[in-house]
Amino acid sequence: MPVAVKDEVMMDYDPSSPQVMNAFYRRLFPPAKLFTHREFAFTLAGDIYIRYNSFHSADDFKKEVLRLNPSRFEIGPQYSARPRDRKTLATGALQPQRRELVFDIDMTDYDEIRTCCSDKKICRRCWGYIAAAVKVLDHTLRETFGFRHLLWVYSGRRGIHCWISDAAALDLNDDQRKSLVTFLEVVKGSSQQAKKVNVRGGRDDAELHPVLKESLDVLKPEFVRVCLRDQDCFKTERQWEALLSLLPQDREVSSALRSQWQSQPDLSSEERWLDLVSAVGELKKNGKTALFHKYEKAMEDVILQYTYPRIDAEVSKHRNHLLKSPFVVHPGTGRVCVPVNPALAEEFDPETVPTVGELLHELNGIPAESEETKGRKMEDYEHTALKPYVDMFVKHVAAVLRDARMSRKSVIKEENTDF
Amino acid sequence: MFKPTTRHNIPASSDPRLEVKLNKRASGVGSSGRWPYRLNFYDRPPTLDITLEEFETCAISRLRVLSHIESLSHRSLPYAQLSAAISTYLKQHLPLASNTARNVNTDEERRRDEIGHWVLRLAFCRSPDLRSRFVRSETSLFRHRFETDDVSERSAFLRSLQLDWQQVDESEKAMYADQLKGCMAWGSKEDAFRAETWFKVPWYNVPDLVGSRRVFIRGGMAYVPQSQQISLVLQAFSARLEKALELTAKNLPRLDEDERLGPVIDHLAASFLSGLGAAEYQSSENSSGSVVTADMVDDVARKHFPPCMRNVYERLKKDHHLKHFGRLQLVLFLKGIGLPLDEAIPFWRKMYGASMSDDKFNKEYKYNIRHSYGQEGRRANYPPKSSPPSPESSQLVYSRSTRGLHLDPSIRVSSVESRFPSLESRAIVSLFKSFGNLRRIADPSVDPTLTPLPLRSCQQILTQNQPGTQDSHGCPFRHFSPDNLQSFLLSSYPQLERSSPEMRDIMDSVKSAHYHVACTRVFEVTHGLKKGDGLGKDAESVSHPNKYTDRSRELEREKLDALKPKEEADDLMQG
Repeated sequence: MPVAVKDEVMMDYDPSSPQVMNAFYRRLFPPAKLFTHREFAFTLAGDIYIRYNSFHSADDFKKEVLRLNPSRFEIGPQYSARPRDRKTLATGALQPQRRELVFDIDMTDYDEIRTCCSDKKICRRCWGYIAAAVKVLDHTLRETFGFRHLLWVYSGRRGIHCWISDAAALDLNDDQRKSLVTFLEVVKGSSQQAKKVNVRGGRDDAELHPVLKESLDVLKPEFVRVCLRDQDCFKTERQWEALLSLLPQDREVSSALRSQWQSQPDLSSEERWLDLVSAVGELKKNGKTALFHKYEKAMEDVILQYTYPRIDAEVSKHRNHLLKSPFVVHPGTGRVCVPVNPALAEEFDPETVPTVGELLHELNGIPAESEETKGRKMEDYEHTALKPYVDMFVKHVAAVLRDARMSRKSVIKEENTDF
Repeated sequence: MFKPTTRHNIPASSDPRLEVKLNKRASGVGSSGRWPYRLNFYDRPPTLDITLEEFETCAISRLRVLSHIESLSHRSLPYAQLSAAISTYLKQHLPLASNTARNVNTDEERRRDEIGHWVLRLAFCRSPDLRSRFVRSETSLFRHRFETDDVSERSAFLRSLQLDWQQVDESEKAMYADQLKGCMAWGSKEDAFRAETWFKVPWYNVPDLVGSRRVFIRGGMAYVPQSQQISLVLQAFSARLEKALELTAKNLPRLDEDERLGPVIDHLAASFLSGLGAAEYQSSENSSGSVVTADMVDDVARKHFPPCMRNVYERLKKDHHLKHFGRLQLVLFLKGIGLPLDEAIPFWRKMYGASMSDDKFNKEYKYNIRHSYGQEGRRANYPPKSSPPSPESSQLVYSRSTRGLHLDPSIRVSSVESRFPSLESRAIVSLFKSFGNLRRIADPSVDPTLTPLPLRSCQQILTQNQPGTQDSHGCPFRHFSPDNLQSFLLSSYPQLERSSPEMRDIMDSVKSAHYHVACTRVFEVTHGLKKGDGLGKDAESVSHPNKYTDRSRELEREKLDALKPKEEADDLMQG
């Protein structure tokens, strides 16, 4: 069947249309090797959810995807048995065993501190938060925890996922995942709690953990760039009151700032922050060291609260959590969940990510003879804007496989791959 | 007269009777033989002759201890109190003296300790759930013994284990000096730092230290100071035990038959499971008798809801929406107070309001509600009215008379060694094969195909699924900042006044992290009870939101009942 999409404007490629998805899976979705014990969960049109699918081979998988034509699908863990057989297995025989360590950062968790958009929206400007989060999390995961195979993937709308495929990460049990997440979880607390950073073990003037201190150094410039300049986080009275509520309530400092700022409603966030810095600096000059330290630490906490990655902890804690597969099309936006280079996270613009419509459009424009010119049949994706992303992914997979081959001491029956 | 407090202060020769004992022991099997140390990693299976009587009694006393430890750990006692409670219980049921103890038969104690452990391994290897609970309680027991052990004996024991921890050398220590100091609890005292040594282990071997940020980590290695060594030991202990249990489970079906041991082992596991009841809430008879309808919820909420449920309920009323865990918290709670499924669906429909289309509700929310009532998915549910286990069964009671089995203690099971560890060899258990569902044995009245999705206890609300930045579930005492908590309490409970002594009590308890005490105090104040009355019955404190509501409704009913005869009497007087 030829691609059943009209050859007109891009708007016609509606991601919720079955034909479009079918064409996408048939021609553009990168092939991936699979575990036979790995769970795949499909979401079909009309919010029908099919869990516990598993496949013998990539071809099987592709066939099933083409048959069911899901609007999206998610990847679960590798189980102790084939998930598709779960009804014939004894209770408790199907246990999640290995799974990439995954992280999910979602823009909605930043709603209280972002000023440009809210809820489902995302723009280049709020991406700054995500970029800062990627930067610091990538650094910590590599330097501190020693992981090497990190794949950052844009979630298609307003977030980012991270898949870690090191053998050590795959083998982590739920307890170990939980402890890692607890270590990384800095911004905590419900909507009813103003101060969400409490990482000094009960004493509010204690030093930060060295690893967090490192993160703080990475975040300081981000704080200036994103929060003070771009987002202008302390512009309105409500906003700078929020800032003051995070600091020690000293009459001389906080109250003075409050009255000063009330009289100058037009100050920018950067100017307010500098006011605060100089007021706190005064404390040191006047020999009030104890109070100075309190303010200094509280300001560090403010920076953490406004820039430290707000990870969705539950996703990372349990092996059986499902996470949307890379290269799936987001059903709402039509954008493909493409890998993101963490080193260039700042330059990444979610609005330029190819949509399924654009890609199919590009395909329709391929000249037929170009396939012969290179002596080898080009894959369809190589003609589209998806190519650099697929290349990035292939490189990642190759690195993981190389590593797995090097250290294959334990017997792993399945073909070991990332995905 | 002066009495030395520790026995090893007495010179061995000063007391001839002691002398004799010492000699006797030395000539016997000897503590230097199979059990040189008090602590034991249980690496070698027992190569002993064991009587059936011993097989059973050793296991039972150990089981008692383990389930006691488990229930203690659910009570969130302060550390010192917990440790003292375990000590007292252990002394009674499973004493284990150190090498320096004089007039104790340490060999006999250690033998019983070991047999009990190995028998329980057989009983607990069978399901992942049982395994993990067994490992957790065994590890707590080991931890307690490790901490209370004699210092020199402990280090000798550790040497004997030959754990391969990589020591951090001086140059590396100097390189990370600042970072290492930053993670030391006592600050950065120079001499303390110099005296300390560090071990380097993969971070995932010490998850507890990582989770609480007590160690420095670099390149995947955690730098564990000597003073935190216990984490390493415990990790090694539980990891080995876990692996061994899995092996045992795999080999279990290959065992041949021995009709004498099977029932014992089965019953042990079943007892442990029913011991779980203590931590779980069972709706009491009279509360489940009164059904709550969708229209009544608002009224009941105002009069009887505990603060946590009040909060989520008010949020739902205001926003017409709740995040997942908030929904789960409220759905299960409502189920517990007697809101049947066919009332729950209209109730939730109404609460979501017009902003949500019927279609969306049916598709996305109805399923979850039905799921919580056990009508979907794996149908995980205890019907609220199903016969609740009797209170006796909720504490671990192993009664030999109920077993209905007669083992002749004189039959010697020779050389149990051959069957225990190398489970391929001869067999113990026949019933393992026919062994179906443990739960069926634990409580025959419960349909074995249903696994429980219990109502959320305070314990769970406090510790699981911490509310994220946008969430409103959780325990207000724990998850609100003090200011917000106070204004929330003031607006929800008009009986409370700002700056009243009661309010101060509540806020003090919150500050010292005794959330259930604070909640109990709210109950007392709002129900006109004295301080210390608790929930009015045995001065119980709040441990489950449903209990809060049940008691509140009971009190109301009692009050009404008290009024009724009076009215009748008045009528009579007038008539």
